[in-house]
Amino acid sequence: MGEKKKKIIKTIRVDVDKCNGCRACEVICSAFHAEPKYSSNNPARSRVRVIRHPLRDIYVPVYAGEYTPAECMGRDRYTIDGKEYEECAFCRAACPSRDVFKEPDSGLPLKCDMCESDPDLESPMCVQWCLNDALVYETREEELEEDPAARQQEVEVGLEALANKYGLQKVMDAVARMSKKDG
Amino acid sequence: MRYAETGFNLEIDLSRGNIERVENDPAETELYLGGLGTNAKIMWDRVPPEIDAFSPDNLLIFSAGLLCGTPAVGCNRTIVTTISPQTGLLAFSMMGGFWAPELKYAGYDKVILRGKSPDPVYLYIHNDKVEIRDASHLRGKGSNETADILRREVKDSNAQVAAIGMAGENRVFFASIEQGRSSASRAGIGAVMGDKGLKAIVVRGTRDINVARPAEYMQLCNEVLQYIKKREDNPIPGVMPILAGLGSPQEMKIHDEKWHTENFMWGNSRVRRKDFWTEDIAKEWTRTLETARTRLISCYNCPMKCGGTISIPGLPTYLMKCFSKLTYTMAAFSNLDFGLKIAQRATEYGVDGFSAPQVMAFALELYENGILTDGDMPELPSDNEGRFYYLLDKIVRREGIGDVLANGTYWAAKEIGKGAEEYAHNNIKKIEQLPLKLSMLNPIYFLMYCTGEKINITQIEGQFPQMPFPAREQREEFVKDWIQVPDDRFKQYLLDWEPRGENSMPFYPTVPMCCDIVDWQEKMHYIDDALGMCAGLSSFPLKPPYHIHNYPKFISSGAGIDMDEAKLSRAAKRYRTLVRAINIRRGMRREDERPPENHWKKRFPELEKELLDTYYRFKGWNEQGIPTRESLEELSLDYVGEDFEKRGVLAGNGDSPAPGAPAGEAKE
Repeated sequence: MGEKKKKIIKTIRVDVDKCNGCRACEVICSAFHAEPKYSSNNPARSRVRVIRHPLRDIYVPVYAGEYTPAECMGRDRYTIDGKEYEECAFCRAACPSRDVFKEPDSGLPLKCDMCESDPDLESPMCVQWCLNDALVYETREEELEEDPAARQQEVEVGLEALANKYGLQKVMDAVARMSKKDG
Repeated sequence: MRYAETGFNLEIDLSRGNIERVENDPAETELYLGGLGTNAKIMWDRVPPEIDAFSPDNLLIFSAGLLCGTPAVGCNRTIVTTISPQTGLLAFSMMGGFWAPELKYAGYDKVILRGKSPDPVYLYIHNDKVEIRDASHLRGKGSNETADILRREVKDSNAQVAAIGMAGENRVFFASIEQGRSSASRAGIGAVMGDKGLKAIVVRGTRDINVARPAEYMQLCNEVLQYIKKREDNPIPGVMPILAGLGSPQEMKIHDEKWHTENFMWGNSRVRRKDFWTEDIAKEWTRTLETARTRLISCYNCPMKCGGTISIPGLPTYLMKCFSKLTYTMAAFSNLDFGLKIAQRATEYGVDGFSAPQVMAFALELYENGILTDGDMPELPSDNEGRFYYLLDKIVRREGIGDVLANGTYWAAKEIGKGAEEYAHNNIKKIEQLPLKLSMLNPIYFLMYCTGEKINITQIEGQFPQMPFPAREQREEFVKDWIQVPDDRFKQYLLDWEPRGENSMPFYPTVPMCCDIVDWQEKMHYIDDALGMCAGLSSFPLKPPYHIHNYPKFISSGAGIDMDEAKLSRAAKRYRTLVRAINIRRGMRREDERPPENHWKKRFPELEKELLDTYYRFKGWNEQGIPTRESLEELSLDYVGEDFEKRGVLAGNGDSPAPGAPAGEAKE
């Protein structure tokens, strides 16, 4: 058995049925992250965005995640309870396909940091300003097990896939070159 | 650096297609705050009384309030100001929603439109990019339909659209400007927009709005949010449910309509149905609303849920708020299902939900009494609901009798003649009012009906309970945490106010107390209209989160303008007086300031005269309701006094004639 590690998982539970579409989350997020703090606000800088289509009754608060340099090869549309959600509606990435989650002037990507600050806030500001409980903050502790055998297995599965695609010889050559470089 | 405001207006000349970005004067902000205040100053300076509603020189101003676009909760009002075709006076309806903050983020405080475009156009504002674009493909389109098409056209679902429907295009005197869940409806400002050839304004902004003292400002915002939460958890006891909480009356949420349906009038504001609300009707209406309403929704940055998304099978979805839920239903003696269905069409057409149903009920009453005939109403359906659809379609197209009715009950009655004027019985200053007919004079409401220059009771009432609490203990309980009063004397007024006996209406509150109470209520509305605050969080409900004690702090720390209660009250009085001055210059006088004759059964002419005399004096106006030279000078409105002098307004009789014909008629 491997070593056990503890990790705090911070979650914002999003209930789209409770969202009243007011965008207070965007206001307070952009104000909190302004420099100096609260000196300005601008929803275009917010790290949470409500994807809104009022006449289609669509309101989805989405948080900025990782930046990605390339857009997806395919884009999906979801129909849930008879409502069609546009491609990317639930995606957290700042990506070339759209303007959201990018600084309006520089185009630099934005990412939600759960309002990390010192001292810690009770909950992220968007949650504090959402009186309708569409956004609820939760933390939980998870135990992560470090299992060396499992990790070795993952490597092998990966290599096997590469070998299937490119042939074993190519993979061996690549590994050999990499080990020379490292050496 | 400018705080809270952007410091720039857009000046658009629709005749010449000219667009300018003009810096506005911070000294004016200090004197008139913003929103309605600075709009009134512009209207005074640039629109003399000779200019009527449909003159190219009439201005149509869309203004964000001073604090719109800051994190102040619920501060999202767009104040639209122009000359009304219906009254010939200043119209300053406003709308909530999302438009005003977006305009601020685009970098502008106001859009000031003049001239007329020969062809239909829409205005597109995206930060520095401002364009007048062709709108011929939108002719005749509904307001929501237009917004939807334009969002696709500019490829931005975050763009906010204010648009008119067919009623505005055809200059219906009660046409609204619609903006999704909100609308600026009263006094026909949509007709002015249509007259200018402007179908819509699309705005998108991605700039910052700054505040002067961030930590202090945010503290105030958080206090307001906490107070809202507290008030939501603790409704006020002893008042009817729609008055117990915050926000606009919660018409989209509340199913119990006993109070409205049994106390407000049906038809052409005539019939009271005292035993209307039965268990069966309660069940049926609850089912109707529960089925049609898919979500409760809000305006920008506000936790209240005063609006509703209404999806009725077979009809396009629309967004509704407040009392238009019942106005069509009650005018047509129908049910909620009909009301919600016709409101969908009315919203797309863009008409005022107060005036439109009354105009139609008025027409049907004329028909029933033989004043309008089958010749006027060819192919009129036999059922009431069918007749309402018929009339609505005729009015917004100005077809046949619809062309006459499109001018509202006052002007239509004049044109129809044959005694029709008796049927236009529910107007103040030529505008249709809420369908209320009551028994005994309420002195506070008397003053508000008479002198309210937004000419709509909901836009002046608030703060002070509408009726006395029966038990002294209830009153004591109520005043305990009544922090909103400007002074403790208001608590005493309420404590001593009894439903019966010596201290009851109409002689108590006493005349001076009534003046005091009305002045406070009105002042809060005027402050809201300058700051862009929703009345539902401030001037309208009991015990709101915004009040005269925290507003100065919001302005100081938000806009960086040193403010205290006295200075704020003075500023509000200044532009309130300026609004009056504009109307006085356009011919408004004491004789125009009266409620509908039949509003109360029991009237008290001597008391009413004393109330109005005293209130005029209290406000610094003469016996005609004209601000006196001294009171103008006290408010640094010397220029108004000089103009009055030049025009002979103060010299005695005043020479500006009251408008005697509907706007635009002479030129047609």
